[in-house]
Amino acid sequence: MKVKVLYFAALREQLGTPGEEIELPAGVGTVAALRSHLRGRGGAWELALAETRLVRMAVNQDMAPPTAVLKAGDEVAFFPPVTGG
Amino acid sequence: MKVSVQTQDFDAGAEMRALSRDPKVGAVASFVGVVREVAMTLEHYPGMTEKALERIVAEAKGRWQVMDCTVIHRYGELAPTDQIVLVVVASAHRGDAFGACEFIMDYLKTQAPFWKKEAAGWVEARASDDQAAERWSGLPGTRKLG
Repeated sequence: MKVKVLYFAALREQLGTPGEEIELPAGVGTVAALRSHLRGRGGAWELALAETRLVRMAVNQDMAPPTAVLKAGDEVAFFPPVTGG
Repeated sequence: MKVSVQTQDFDAGAEMRALSRDPKVGAVASFVGVVREVAMTLEHYPGMTEKALERIVAEAKGRWQVMDCTVIHRYGELAPTDQIVLVVVASAHRGDAFGACEFIMDYLKTQAPFWKKEAAGWVEARASDDQAAERWSGLPGTRKLG
């Protein structure tokens, strides 16, 4: 199952990429599981997506909780708390 | 209803006049956010930003009598004194216009995917913005004081 993953703002800079297509391994079915999977890449990924860091998530352009379930073709985004206005 | 995410500046007076043309409108409240002291770059999430702003406006319409509403948010390079954001709400009476305008700004601050970057780095989100949004979480149209 493939999903599109986007990174914004400080996260995009720390990870060095605006996004990618990811083939989800078996067992990675939620936003939290995906975050954990990405952390497993180590280095900047482990730091930027650490559990202690405040990271907001969206699925198909709606804010989503860590428990949100993923399906094929979803657009998942990771970003810092927003600072507009 | 109008939601726009754009790089170009806006004319708040013209936007307010545009919402005053309906003879049933008795109150037009507005808010303009301005860049304070330091130049910045505003990044956003194209697609989600518009969707989030439309959702916030819809939520405001469910809580107050809103006859019309305009939300404009800029992105890109902005200098001190530049306008960043405009919210205009037209209602029959001022209570609805003030309430909806403040609600939209408070929710925009915590729900719309914008990020500010200054020369010193990315601006950190403030807990006070979360608290401002949370005070609306009671009954529709009510507001916790404090």
